[in-house]
Amino acid sequence: MAITMTPAAEQHVVKHLEHRAKGVGIRLGVRTTGCSGLSYVLEFVDDAATEDKVFHCGDIKLIIDPKSLLYLDGTELDYVKEGLNEGFEFKNPNVKDECGCGESFHV
Amino acid sequence: MALLQISEPGHSPQPHQRKHAVGIDLGTTNSLVATVRSGMAEVLTDEQGRELLPSVAHYTADGVSCVGYEAAEHNVSDPLNTLASVKRLMGRGLADVKTFGDQLPYEFAADDGGMPKIKTVAGLVSPIQVSAEILRKLAGRAEISFGSMLDGAVITVPAYFDDAQRQATKDAATLAGIKVLRLLNEPTAAAIAYGLDQVEAETDTAPQERIIAIYDLGGGTFDISILRLSKGVFEVLATGGDSALGGDDFDHAIANWLRVQVGMDEDLNPIEQRILLETAKSAKEELTDSEQVELEILDWKGTLTRTLMHSLIDGLIDKTLRACKRSLRDAGLENLDISNVILVGGSTRTPRVGEKVAELFGKQPLCSLDPDKVVAMGAALQAEVLVGNKSGDDMLLLDVIPLSLGIETMGGLIEKIIHRNTTIPVAKAQEFTTFKDGQTAMAIHILQGERELASDCRSLSRFELRGIPPMVAGAAKIRVAYQVDADGLLSVSARELTSNVEARIEVRPSYGIGEEEITSMLQDSFSHARDDMQARALREQQVEADRMIEDLLAAIYKDGDALLSDDERRCLKVAIQELREVRESTIEHRVLARQIESVAKASEEFAARRMDASIKSALAGHSLDEIEKG
Repeated sequence: MAITMTPAAEQHVVKHLEHRAKGVGIRLGVRTTGCSGLSYVLEFVDDAATEDKVFHCGDIKLIIDPKSLLYLDGTELDYVKEGLNEGFEFKNPNVKDECGCGESFHV
Repeated sequence: MALLQISEPGHSPQPHQRKHAVGIDLGTTNSLVATVRSGMAEVLTDEQGRELLPSVAHYTADGVSCVGYEAAEHNVSDPLNTLASVKRLMGRGLADVKTFGDQLPYEFAADDGGMPKIKTVAGLVSPIQVSAEILRKLAGRAEISFGSMLDGAVITVPAYFDDAQRQATKDAATLAGIKVLRLLNEPTAAAIAYGLDQVEAETDTAPQERIIAIYDLGGGTFDISILRLSKGVFEVLATGGDSALGGDDFDHAIANWLRVQVGMDEDLNPIEQRILLETAKSAKEELTDSEQVELEILDWKGTLTRTLMHSLIDGLIDKTLRACKRSLRDAGLENLDISNVILVGGSTRTPRVGEKVAELFGKQPLCSLDPDKVVAMGAALQAEVLVGNKSGDDMLLLDVIPLSLGIETMGGLIEKIIHRNTTIPVAKAQEFTTFKDGQTAMAIHILQGERELASDCRSLSRFELRGIPPMVAGAAKIRVAYQVDADGLLSVSARELTSNVEARIEVRPSYGIGEEEITSMLQDSFSHARDDMQARALREQQVEADRMIEDLLAAIYKDGDALLSDDERRCLKVAIQELREVRESTIEHRVLARQIESVAKASEEFAARRMDASIKSALAGHSLDEIEKG
């Protein structure tokens, strides 16, 4: 399994990385917080840690710590527009249920 | 479903904790709202994908019927109830409005506060209410975009807005239910959008100080602002402009040339006028990219070259350049002192404007960002920081406190805790201690000013910290913390660290203090600098003398009988008496210092004996072994 990105997500990540003018890729991860157990992390990465797993998607490095990978394996990062709202979405096959807002989830 | 944005490393928000903040450019003709997504400032659009919102509200007998494009459509059919350009009226008195009221088609009425109101079918409407409608519409657009409530907004105002105009803008936001994080000067917002504040922070080689000129040519107004950026703080050095000159005048100049070419009379009917203006406008826009444009009006055909257009509009551009030169002169600067020039406003898209501005300042202006959006984008970047979505390292600090804030210490001196020109928000703390044995309370006197004596400074507030546990003088640790938030609100807290007793108070330091008063307080501090220094030195010695007298008397009372001969005791008393006299009489701190020194010498032997005695008593009853082990 792996972590992947849709073309729409890739396009936006490239744009944001270019704008930021530094960073080696983006980090996907999970944290144990929120109203339903776990929540997602999506950050720019300046230095990857040695234990990090790196997935290449085009020219972009998707960087994930091994612990988060347990929860995210098979995830596809997408970029969606819902009316006036737009942003990134984790399409995570491991999710059993999530809180109403979708910001936190259970596996 | 909440959609995510990419955060800076280590700054992913907690679920439901992400704050939503926007920057709002509340313009005379058009307004915009922008936010930061994944580190980039973006203008938010409405459902039709439009970025601008015309700053117009239309009123019917029931109140506001619509805002924005819809409202603007009523402009021709119902001009008296279609309120536009109210920004020109914000915070103005009726008298001001009368002087330029003929530019606006409305009927005005005074209300109790003196602020003019506009007569509409819905009754009297104040400019603040109209602005609130526009802000509400923009906030609504943002809330739909975010799918959640707005946590705050940075709203931009012209640099020349005075307190009343700024307050009116804030009132409009409050009326619209928007929390104002800060009002930001439009030119400052433009500079932030170009990241000029960051350039300085990131490179060591960047000059300590840069001067930035912001050339803002809108449809109907022209503003020039000269800013100084120093250590992340923007200071407005000069502003100027022309409130009745803009890109629309270019269109009129070209339309007038067309009229002559076509052979029309000077008094045109509205339809002819509109045809000429629209042709002129599109010709102007086409000449941005091409050297010439073919035109056709009725049965007339002709060509307008770029060179010819330049000859039509150069006079207008030169007018703006003269205003620029005037502002430079006001700021006491030469055109070569300017480090960056920024173009703002849709009318700067005409390449001729950029060329002439570049010629005047001797450098290429910055124009990579959309000149219509740049102000809103800068405001959004600032909002993102103020709402707390970015780390403290990225904090932009834009305001400074005008005068130092301090605390009165023994002897009526002022100890400055936050120095003038410190950027806010800021928090600083200092530790103080008790002056007397067994002291259980401490008066905290908060002062503002640059002078050295408390009596020469402005008293802001006083409070007392009570319940300090009795200790010997100097043993208590009292931490006094001064905090000034982004709006200039000062809060002071005092806490005794061993017992954690605490007292606090809030004051507004700039309240009721005008520019003139600040200036005069500053000048006083310069002209009295030498006196103040001496006064401070003297007070310090006086405090030292008092402390010594008190300590010595206490020591004599306690140990004098046991450790001093009668002669020695008499000598010390004489020394104390002399010190008292000198302390009262001299104005020369060095004289007092010498006297203190001589008393210290005279009491040296006594102090040594007391030390021995206390060691002996501490050791009494213990064997040498115990002490070595201990």
